Amino acid sequence: MIMQTKLHPALIAIASLIFLILIAPLFIILGAAVSDTPFLTFPPQGFTLKWFSNIFQIEAFRTTAITSLQIAFLGTFLALLIGIPAAYALNRFKIRLPSWLSNVFVLPILVPEIVLGFSLMKNITIGLQLPVYTTLLLGHTLLALPYAVRVVGASLASFDFSIEEAAISLGCPPLKTFLTVVLPNISAGVVAAFILAFITSINDVSISLFLTGPGVSTLPIQILAHMEQFFDPTIASVSVLLMLLTVGVMAIVEATLGLTFLTK
Amino acid sequence: MTVSLTLENVSAHYGSTQVLKDLTLAVAAGELVSLLGASGCGKTTTLRLVAGFLQPSSGTIRLGDRDLTRLPAHQRDIGLVFQNYALFPHLSVRDNVSFGLKQRGADAAERKKRADRMLERVGLSSFADRMPAALSGGQKQRVALARALVIEPPLLMFDEPLSNLDAKLRVDMRVEIRRLQRANGTTSLYVTHDQEEAFSISDRVAIMNAGRIMQLDTPEVLYQRPANSFVARFVGFENLIDMTVVERLGETVTARTKDGALLQLSQERLGAIPDRFILAARPDGLAVARDGNGIPVTLGIRTYLGRAYQYQCAAEGQSYLGNGSLSEPLDTGDRAVLSPVPEQCCILPADV
Ligand SMILES: Nc1ncnc2c1ncn2[C@@H]1O[C@H](COP(=O)(O)OP(=O)(O)O)[C@@H](O)[C@H]1O
Ligand SMILES: [Mg+2]
Repeated sequence: MIMQTKLHPALIAIASLIFLILIAPLFIILGAAVSDTPFLTFPPQGFTLKWFSNIFQIEAFRTTAITSLQIAFLGTFLALLIGIPAAYALNRFKIRLPSWLSNVFVLPILVPEIVLGFSLMKNITIGLQLPVYTTLLLGHTLLALPYAVRVVGASLASFDFSIEEAAISLGCPPLKTFLTVVLPNISAGVVAAFILAFITSINDVSISLFLTGPGVSTLPIQILAHMEQFFDPTIASVSVLLMLLTVGVMAIVEATLGLTFLTK
Repeated sequence: MTVSLTLENVSAHYGSTQVLKDLTLAVAAGELVSLLGASGCGKTTTLRLVAGFLQPSSGTIRLGDRDLTRLPAHQRDIGLVFQNYALFPHLSVRDNVSFGLKQRGADAAERKKRADRMLERVGLSSFADRMPAALSGGQKQRVALARALVIEPPLLMFDEPLSNLDAKLRVDMRVEIRRLQRANGTTSLYVTHDQEEAFSISDRVAIMNAGRIMQLDTPEVLYQRPANSFVARFVGFENLIDMTVVERLGETVTARTKDGALLQLSQERLGAIPDRFILAARPDGLAVARDGNGIPVTLGIRTYLGRAYQYQCAAEGQSYLGNGSLSEPLDTGDRAVLSPVPEQCCILPADV
């Protein structure tokens, strides 16, 4: 059955306006990135791709991009490694666990990132004298953890645990049951958690601001640093690349799983 | 290799609440025993203890000569059929059925052969490559049955396997379950809250109440000779009349109801009668007549049952349900007497 409802003109107008507000910055950045001027400007004057090639000539962009990707992958991976079992336990033993326990895993989102970053720097980097890279990874793992627990948890909430018992009764040991029966049925949640956490990590500024140090920096921090010295369209072109990365990840998800599960 | 299942003095707790109280139960080799009782009486808990998903707080569970009590669930070798089917959503019907074989190290060819043969036995050969989501409820339960049977377990357990199916299918499926269980001679424990289902499918039925087995017997015995007032009420003895013996003359006993009516009962026909007892009668075990010996009552609403009229009867402080003949209809408000039909009545020990 197809529902045909006439949309109110005002609704169309408001929806269009919101859409425009959402999409406009993307076009402004895209425009600014190709402007043939030594400073950020919009609308673009002229057309050039030299700012894109400029990114690759600046060593710092390359090294920080690599660090950003490493940290995002590793941090998200670690967060899932902790978060999936945590989410599993929270759902499996729901009745036996105190109700506040699941909220503990959302704390990293509730605590302002600035505070989290500062406290990690003070206590881990300075206090424990751990390498900058390790602390940065730790910070991003914390950043990703709430997504891992919450999104995987949402998948597990609709998982019927009698399926697990069926597998065990058929002779499958518990750990193997988790890997071969539970995990395949929550894979959409795991992928969703990975993507959300990964994107959050790769775009993060606040925590990284405190946890980067000599020789170790992330791309967003490098963008900031670059902007303080040069107000040129290089920043816009890096942003475009970051956007493309995000869109690319989303496109892969859309193609393989469908985006709808992100909103489920 | 049919074996017996025994539970000895098994107790179970959830936290500090005890849900099974010293449960003792023996299922003979090849027998199908049902646990029957209202929701919350501990049927599922019993099954989960045997399956190994719960640990008893005391007691032992044995399957043949194996002590299961401390054995991990995955080593117990028990076929389970769940109410909600619990099929693996990510596996095809065939892979669902061969899952247990895979755990037992059967090779791919062997698995396929045995799974397909099993699917044929439950009439699902043409569905082997489907995913569970594309099956109807009845088909899903057949797959679940095939999955449990294919590992040829020494014990099969069912937890309300038919509750999610519609009435017609329920009857078909229970015949099917019984047929397969008989053919394999697999010892089985079957949980249901449906009396008709339990009585039709089982060799013996355990009627449970609040974590205890009230009586374990064949359906015939349960239906005709309940051992206590709980079971009697459960199988439809709607009249449970507290009585006290006032006189014994040979085999004839005179007993009094709480409100003073006297009944003469024959021990030859009813069996030994203790001094205090409960006379249990279904409506057709209390004959309603205009006069004669019996409990005097005032008639209430009359219902037509086809083979008889049924009357709600009120005596002082007590109400009864009795049947009267079609040839002599009585009216609401009439005075009448109720006399027990010995063949339809039971003598039960008085409740303490
Ligand atoms: N996980 C649990 N935690 C606490 N109490 C439970 C749990 N499962 C069942 N119970 C309680 O134990 C009793 C028996 O439950 P159950 O065995 O499921 O009954 P049945 O299967 O006969 O309906 C019920 O009173 C129920 O409330
Ligand atoms: Mg139950």
